[in-house]
Amino acid sequence: MDYSQFLNMQEEISLLAVILIVFLADLFLCGKEERICAMGNGTALSATACGCGRMNVLPIALMVVHTLINLLPWCGSACTPVEAFGGMYQHTPMMTIVKSVLNVGVIVVMLMSANWLNRPENRIKQGEFHSLVLFTLFGMYLMISSGHFIMFFIGLELASIPMTALIAYDKYRYESAEAGAKFILLALFSSALLLYGISLIYGVTGTLYFDQIADKLQVNLLSIAGLVLFISGMGFKISLVPFHLWTADTYEGAPTVVTGYLSVVSKGSAAFVLMTVIMKVFGSEAFLGLWSTAFFWIIIVTITVANLFAIRQKNLKRFMAYSAISQAGYVVLGIMGGTAQGMTALVFYLLVYLTANLGAFAVLHVVEQHSGKIGMDDYNGLYKTNPKLAFLMTLCLFSLAGIPPFAGFFSKFFIFMAGFNAGYPVLVFIALVNTVISLYYYLLIVKAMYIKTNDEPIAPFRSDCGTRAALVICMAGVLLLGIVSAVYNYIDLFSYGI
Amino acid sequence: MIQIEYILLISAVMMFAGIFGFLTRRSTLAVLLSIELMLNSADINFAVFNRMLYPDGHEGYFFALFAIAIAAAESAIAIAIMINIYRMLKNISVDKLQKMKW
Repeated sequence: MDYSQFLNMQEEISLLAVILIVFLADLFLCGKEERICAMGNGTALSATACGCGRMNVLPIALMVVHTLINLLPWCGSACTPVEAFGGMYQHTPMMTIVKSVLNVGVIVVMLMSANWLNRPENRIKQGEFHSLVLFTLFGMYLMISSGHFIMFFIGLELASIPMTALIAYDKYRYESAEAGAKFILLALFSSALLLYGISLIYGVTGTLYFDQIADKLQVNLLSIAGLVLFISGMGFKISLVPFHLWTADTYEGAPTVVTGYLSVVSKGSAAFVLMTVIMKVFGSEAFLGLWSTAFFWIIIVTITVANLFAIRQKNLKRFMAYSAISQAGYVVLGIMGGTAQGMTALVFYLLVYLTANLGAFAVLHVVEQHSGKIGMDDYNGLYKTNPKLAFLMTLCLFSLAGIPPFAGFFSKFFIFMAGFNAGYPVLVFIALVNTVISLYYYLLIVKAMYIKTNDEPIAPFRSDCGTRAALVICMAGVLLLGIVSAVYNYIDLFSYGI
Repeated sequence: MIQIEYILLISAVMMFAGIFGFLTRRSTLAVLLSIELMLNSADINFAVFNRMLYPDGHEGYFFALFAIAIAAAESAIAIAIMINIYRMLKNISVDKLQKMKW
């Protein structure tokens, strides 16, 4: 065996090193002292006296190093796709960029969670949080770079099994467990459908390598059934509308940082994978029309239904869940037609959506940490007491809604451009109409924060430095990504179509 | 030799029995069992296609092996969550998991 092919998967190797270091450090450096602190409820002892507050710094620092090493494809536009293990692992320069986007998301989530993990009830298990997050990220890496259905399926499951543990992380809070149960049952159901779909495709072609399947796949009922089951399995992961029923409950029950992670990183990677796999496996002319029609209706239903449901939500986490579903509809718009422009738009959309959504979740999280409030009415008058947070939240919501100076406008613009050029003007029009609806419900929060009065507003507080760092990163993204056009052009260098 | 249609028919029946059970059973454990049925029907498919149609490779068998291992891992974590819920509710009926809806 040629061991040099491991060099082709440098991102995975470097992430694996990070995981091992974090895992071992958690095992050996945070010993008894930590557990004793946790049992003493941390009341008598201050957080710094209790050792492993620094344990939050190690994973973040390692992830920053890992991200910087693998930030961009080294060879620039001269990069060619590489593969390892006979084509099981396939890597294009575009995937490096997507992985960097996911890395940034993970770093922001870790920064947000630092203070929360230092609370007495979580301190004993904060190492688990980092390990689980990194393992899901590793699964997403494998899924993104897969060239074979076994690799793809293992990556998908590695991304969703530890995710369940993260959702049920608050062991003594019932909502968390209920959310975990709903997530795991539907995730299992969707993987079973996906697996059945893959088995049908295997039955038609006799191989599981993406490239070979693409050569052999004919249009017949069996392969169409495989395609449908594949799309529905992935639809569960991205939470497109007929398959979205778990989303709101899981998002509401999960710890807020995990909700942020789930809504951005997990969903984003699945959307990109859906695009690459469907382009590679079902890229032929005959299938193009089939799945384009399927996505045409899925996108319309996703965006519309999610918007209508978002309007009536009173809990902000549920609200963000429906907002995330409708954003998923916009993301999938980039898949239409399978063009290179669509891929650029999709990745750019993910990047922008990541900054805006994680920014909003950072505000929700820090407010929840300090006041325990998450309802929309609780946010009445937030501007009076916490003007900076209210302002940042407003920027994020404007970006999510797509108001011009912010990055969200440009990402939506590019995705509509891609959809239009791929030949779906009607779809783009419906999505545009829905953007106006979404503006209404995003503004409901802004109205609550700025205009409505409240006798007992959330008391003023200072957020911790981790959350502040996360907010700074998100704000930089929201404000700069749209204006600095180099980002879009750079992504465009590496995109490819069918 | 048994013809491939019969085995595929069995796996299809298993699949839809699993889906039916997933939608109708009230106990979470029964729901988990239904999901196992669905996963196993896909595994049967892989084995059958490999054995009957493409006997010169082993991809289908390997996929079935990996799928079984992954299904076991998922069931383990699902049952762990069920135990946690049982501790809080003393009940694991699906109907009780309704604190959050709409």
